[in-house]
Amino acid sequence: MEAIRDTTLVRRTGVLPRRSGRRPSLRRATLDWAAHRFSASTAVVVAVLVIGIGAALLARSRPLLDVYSLRELLLGQVWLPSQGLFGFAPFIAGSLVVTAVAMAISVVPAILSGIYLAEYVTARTRTALKPVIDLLVGIPSVVYGLWGVLFIVPLVRDHLGPWADRTLGQSIPVFSRSNPSGYGLLAAGFVLAVMVFPLIVAVTEEVMRSVHREMRETLLSLGATRWETTKTIVRHAGLPGILAAIVLGFSRAFGETLAVMMTVGNVARMPRSIFDPAYPLPALIANNYGEMMSIPLYESALMSAALLLLVVVVVFNAGARLAVERLVRKGAA
Amino acid sequence: MSRRRRRKAEEQFFTWLMRFSLLGAACVLGLILFTIFWRGLDALSWEMISQAPQGGFYLGKGGGILNAIVGSLYLGAGATLLALCIAVPVVLYLHTYAADPRIRSGVRLALDIMWGIPSIVYGAFGFSLMVFLGLRASLLAGIITLALVVLPILARTLDEVVEMTPRQLREVTLALGATRFEWMGVLLRQSIPGLVTAILLAFGRGIGDAASVLFTAGYTDNMPQSLLRPVASLPLAVFFQLSTPFPEVQARAYASALVLTVLILVISLLAHLSMARLGRHVIR
Repeated sequence: MEAIRDTTLVRRTGVLPRRSGRRPSLRRATLDWAAHRFSASTAVVVAVLVIGIGAALLARSRPLLDVYSLRELLLGQVWLPSQGLFGFAPFIAGSLVVTAVAMAISVVPAILSGIYLAEYVTARTRTALKPVIDLLVGIPSVVYGLWGVLFIVPLVRDHLGPWADRTLGQSIPVFSRSNPSGYGLLAAGFVLAVMVFPLIVAVTEEVMRSVHREMRETLLSLGATRWETTKTIVRHAGLPGILAAIVLGFSRAFGETLAVMMTVGNVARMPRSIFDPAYPLPALIANNYGEMMSIPLYESALMSAALLLLVVVVVFNAGARLAVERLVRKGAA
Repeated sequence: MSRRRRRKAEEQFFTWLMRFSLLGAACVLGLILFTIFWRGLDALSWEMISQAPQGGFYLGKGGGILNAIVGSLYLGAGATLLALCIAVPVVLYLHTYAADPRIRSGVRLALDIMWGIPSIVYGAFGFSLMVFLGLRASLLAGIITLALVVLPILARTLDEVVEMTPRQLREVTLALGATRFEWMGVLLRQSIPGLVTAILLAFGRGIGDAASVLFTAGYTDNMPQSLLRPVASLPLAVFFQLSTPFPEVQARAYASALVLTVLILVISLLAHLSMARLGRHVIR
């Protein structure tokens, strides 16, 4: 903008030959105008898409929401669509627990790795390690699921399950081995943990690196060890960002479909032990698409499940992104 | 003195803990690749990747998964192309015409939110869109849905690349009397390496995504023929073959997963290489 104004100024004062300050020809001006309109309209398309997805799902869930109260749906324990019973509670619980198991396994190592990449490692090592993390992000969900079926499920079935039953399970019911198949919350949680790990690492690293250099240098020059420096930085500058990393990981895990569906067992019951099978929301949607057309309100119920997923994930994501953005901007300022 | 030793021990302890975490992640990655290769290589044969399924394929009879390989490539390529048509103008708009910072951060937030939406939700949305338009499960519906999944990846990756172009370039371009449309061209040229990387990333994601095409693209044993017919895809081939009770068919699921993994590995390798190779002509 300013640059264009400057050229007109130049023409008026006549310092440069006229030619360099001439207005764009009609053809170029038209192209410029058209490009402006077109690119602005694509930006509008993006905004409309986000709103449109929510609106479409809401419209499709309306038939169900008109008949049942939100309380009935969210707290109902029984899922029998053929008899008109749509209780989402076991599915919501399944989603929450499997995500919680995944987070319990992955959060601490992921944050430590992120901090290590940001604080301890030279730029060269970092560029060498980055592709490993990127590769973990790139592997398709179904491959993780297959790995879960081939490796994690037998591990849980033959080793972790019996072991937990002998030791912890005797006194703490959460660890009792309720299900000998291996398919269940622990197996799915482990697979999910591997899947969200790189995301948490990446966000943690970004946040830690955005912290002022001076802060680090001051602490080190005062004689703090590197770990003490890191602790102080996390406590005073990085904590909201790391929380945001956890929230982002949580919302990614919450919506993951195929890998979880392949390992979690898919039984709609309130989970009592980490070896129990469960039935998370995404698996509910994916598994029942074929038969939903024949039963009234079934499709609407699945769309409500999708809407529920969307709302949870969008709220978490938007909050975390805004927090990270504010932090990074503050660090850069 | 003991205090000093304690601090040093703490330092050592946490350093090793962090190394151990990273090492653990690398081991898990190795373990995944090892499992997929080891189990997949057994079942892989030339027949698997050169033929479409024949009758009784899911009972262990002859044929292969060529339909799924080609289908996945079509789906990934179509979705990436469609998403490009929106992502490139949006990103260039953010860097040229969009003067209001609130518009810029608003669009970026919208893209970030889209990035976070699970692909099963896109699948459900795509399905309701299909019902609304009267379409059936088809390659076209799959491409449209998958384009929504890939769009934010493409746009945000490209956005970060364009962000890195030097500021002086803008001033120089505009000072020469260029219109902002011409400036867009300069920006695009500058970010071609990043664009290629972004396209490859999006393509890889498009090939690997299953939840969004589950209802929109359907599945078929035929080779893809028309935009309006259902199409097979590799992730779903893995999934469906694994859910049959026959060990021979399950072994084919391992082989299909190997094919998928190798495809993804090659694509991400290309993405890394392209960043290094194509970057030579960029003004920094």
